[in-house]
Amino acid sequence: MQFFDREHLRSIFTKPTNYINTNRGKEYYDNLYKKMEKRLNELKAQQPVKEAEIKFQELLETWELSRRDFLKWVSATTAMLMLPPQFEPLVAQAAEVMNRVPIIWINIQDCAGNTEALLRSASPTVDELILEYLSVEYQEVIMAAAGDQAEENLHKAVKDFDGKYLLFVEGSIPVGMPEAFTIGRHPKTGVEHVKHLAEHAAAVIAVGACACFGGVPAAYPNPTGAVGVMDIVKGKPIVNIPACPANPANITGVVIHYILTGELPELDSLLRPKFAFGYRIHDNCERRAHFDAGEFVEEWGDEGAKNNFCLYKMGCKGPFTFNNCSIVRYNEGTNWPIGVGRGCIGCSEPDFWDKYATERPLADSDIQPPGLHGVEATVDEVGLGILTATAIGIGVHAVASAIAGKKDETKEEQ
Amino acid sequence: MGKHVVVDPITRIEGHLRIEAILDDNNTIVDAYSSSTMWRGIEVIMKGRDPRDVPLLAMRICGVCTGTHYYTSTQTVEHALGVVPPKNARLVRNLIQGSLYIHDHVVHFYHLHALDWVDVVSALKADPAKAAEEARKWASMLKDPITGETIRPWKDGVGEFKAVQDRLTKFVKAGRLGPFANAYWGNKSYKLTPEQNLVAVGHYLDALQIQREMAKLMAIFGGKNPHPQSLVVGGVTCVQDIQNPARLGHFGDILGLSREFIYRAYLPDILMAGTVYAEEALAGIGRGLGNYMAYGDFRMDDNPWYQGKTLFPQGLVLNMDLTKVYDVDQSKITEDVTHSWYEYKGTDKPLHPFEGQTNPKYTGFKPDGTLDPKGKYSWIKSPIYDDHRVEVGPLARMIVGYARGDERIKHYVDWLLKSGNLPAKALFSTVGRTAARAIETALMVDVMKEWLTELAKNVAAGDLSTWTEYDFEKLTKGKELKGYGLTEAPRGALGHWIRIKDGKVENYQAVVPSTWNGAPRDYKNRMGAYEASLIGTTLSNPDQPLEILKTIHSFDPCIACAVHVIDTKGKELGVYKVEPVGGACFI
Ligand code: SF4
Ligand code: SF4
Repeated sequence: MQFFDREHLRSIFTKPTNYINTNRGKEYYDNLYKKMEKRLNELKAQQPVKEAEIKFQELLETWELSRRDFLKWVSATTAMLMLPPQFEPLVAQAAEVMNRVPIIWINIQDCAGNTEALLRSASPTVDELILEYLSVEYQEVIMAAAGDQAEENLHKAVKDFDGKYLLFVEGSIPVGMPEAFTIGRHPKTGVEHVKHLAEHAAAVIAVGACACFGGVPAAYPNPTGAVGVMDIVKGKPIVNIPACPANPANITGVVIHYILTGELPELDSLLRPKFAFGYRIHDNCERRAHFDAGEFVEEWGDEGAKNNFCLYKMGCKGPFTFNNCSIVRYNEGTNWPIGVGRGCIGCSEPDFWDKYATERPLADSDIQPPGLHGVEATVDEVGLGILTATAIGIGVHAVASAIAGKKDETKEEQ
Repeated sequence: MGKHVVVDPITRIEGHLRIEAILDDNNTIVDAYSSSTMWRGIEVIMKGRDPRDVPLLAMRICGVCTGTHYYTSTQTVEHALGVVPPKNARLVRNLIQGSLYIHDHVVHFYHLHALDWVDVVSALKADPAKAAEEARKWASMLKDPITGETIRPWKDGVGEFKAVQDRLTKFVKAGRLGPFANAYWGNKSYKLTPEQNLVAVGHYLDALQIQREMAKLMAIFGGKNPHPQSLVVGGVTCVQDIQNPARLGHFGDILGLSREFIYRAYLPDILMAGTVYAEEALAGIGRGLGNYMAYGDFRMDDNPWYQGKTLFPQGLVLNMDLTKVYDVDQSKITEDVTHSWYEYKGTDKPLHPFEGQTNPKYTGFKPDGTLDPKGKYSWIKSPIYDDHRVEVGPLARMIVGYARGDERIKHYVDWLLKSGNLPAKALFSTVGRTAARAIETALMVDVMKEWLTELAKNVAAGDLSTWTEYDFEKLTKGKELKGYGLTEAPRGALGHWIRIKDGKVENYQAVVPSTWNGAPRDYKNRMGAYEASLIGTTLSNPDQPLEILKTIHSFDPCIACAVHVIDTKGKELGVYKVEPVGGACFI
């Protein structure tokens, strides 16, 4: 990650909204549609993972879930994947053939936060049903089997679905100190465990900040030498779904996309799906108008706080953070961190613990991101830059909107 | 000597745990070792940071009781700075923490623990009409502890149970037991009838939905679940949310629904299991150490720092003797590393968290791949209270409260015991541990309603203050401060300790519930709570360690947070430079 110069900062703070290309033209979508249809037909012709098949329709009925609820979920998911509405029937079909894709989910240096998040995910019935309908062959937090029987399930799944399963990894991997994680009757280290299972997988999905970029264990001074999956797995498609924990909607989205296309979604340079991490929090923040108007919370619980002013001066890192929380929110849209009056801590960004998770704006934060190179110099630079940026924000809307008005063509860098 | 049983991974827990048990010729456990096989180093990561940023990090100690570590850590820093948060903040924190309790306990019982009691496959043989009768029977034995009315069952329609059964049948026929695959179905230690199993399976599935609703409770004032974000040193940030009647209303609605499920499904199920497994309970299977400790928590008034009344009282009960309760004094807490993968420099004695050291010394497994109980064998340290090994958790809270004669706790405990016609001594067992958690859940959902009302009234009266102002620079400049946060996580007594020097974290230590319970032996070779609880249990089939899972799950292990950190001095990783601070990270 590079820190920002003034111009760059200015562009970050004032860029109007998403820069993702959501309209790619008829030809593009026609081709995509055909491709997806083909893929779905192939999947339909395949046997489900288990011998006999439970029909998705039957499952809907036993869950007492109306077709309407299901369709509502379908259109939300289609929109999230940035597909035009005519793709909805395909998304619905994708859900119906999900039982063709086996899943193995492992936990390394984790806190189970992502598993927990998934279990509590939104649109209860549909996600739940999908969880049930997907062939989750191994998941330590929910499976009934333990010990030898659990290991047996894992071996069997690897053998039966060699090269076909999606491997989900939760938690970081201690490479500096492999003994910091072992598992099994004949203890294997986390490094061995991940490498072995990745080798036989179709693709690897890193879920949560830890599995993507090392997360909490990798925060300075990274006592166990924790890293993310992409640092140790080579030669396999990998997708990162960061955040602490990952938003379950993004997990479901990646799986649906994989089923629809047989490929991982379009990724940014940090291997994050663009449909979810193509926006900044700041782009779609409900407090953005206050930012542009220079209205800030200056102290917890002050008049600004009572009026939902912008949290930038209280340390919000929304302008630096790529994630869709401001759109998707949490727990069925119940709330989200900025909604509750606390700034964003940038949990979908690498090294966020050392860079963003402070209670103060970057400029005032005495944080030393010591794990980063050339720290002293950059901290000062950032300080300067951010002060300027704050001034832009505070310099009331006149300045801000004048700049916002200028079409900024600067490409986002990550 | 009989078999040496190894269970790794223990599943349906949060974190990584290995249990080994030695059986005699009758397959009775005569020795047991508990080992945590993962650690991350979060405490050392705290060092050198701004104390105000620490709570967000401390929350990531665990992905399950996230809010608890957040709240405890916030309180630890506040204690060091001498800042007392305002009333609204206290109530909001109680509500967030309370919502974590009810969510966590329900998920624990149904999704992590129930399959140790409930044979899913047996439910296929059930007669749905009889299952409906069964559901009615257990519910009708309970009276609402507030209104005195007889409890109606959560579901008692024959059609409803038939639907559950159909769904199960389909799954089994399709060979798709999913997460239920390859478990210990048919094992002799399952004692419920097919109908009783069907009732429980029906609730298992419903609980999946209800828990999602419960998770929203935390999100209303916390922003999200897991990992809320509205607590700051000095108070809370959700000032908009507490003055929004729609939010308060939403909270009240979900609380109502939660209560329905807890009273009409969870409690009757506990009563059913407790009665069917009563013999085990009375025989004290899974009892363990018999020493119980609680720090006390949930502030009921705004008196500062450990001087106010708490919902759960603090105390120590030794040897199951309910006639005596000792006061808990945090200065008597120490941690020992004789059998843990750490070493102390300059002393062999257990150390208080303020002076704690955490230098890793991994000695691995024996050549045959088993633990070495004569040496070191776990990433968990062994905490000791005043030379006692103790158990913490809901059972400890209920026992301490009961022994203290706390009216509210006594009322709820007696209420369930009486309904099941069980003596208090039944509590000292695996069954008792599970029942205590249910009793506590019932109590919690009721007291939360009181807090919600109190909050609404306070706000309506015009008090909108959510944060206590303090001057961080002035308080910390050139000074050394110490503080601790003593709370009750859903899994038991949780303590964080901080030392702040010149505005920076000098030392941070957490001694968590699963450290107390999951610890290995200590320097006197005394067992930890998990280990002790397994002794004397007979396995009906040593290849299916179901009884081990049942007892270990009754503690609700949560091992991610139980593991300690390293002093990077202790392990040359070569890549990082850490200034050694006074002997170790943890002075
Ligand atoms: S990134 Fe956060 S949620 Fe994920 S495993 Fe780490 S601490 Fe838990
Ligand atoms: S609260 Fe944060 S994300 Fe929202 S407008 Fe302000 S700085 Fe941007």
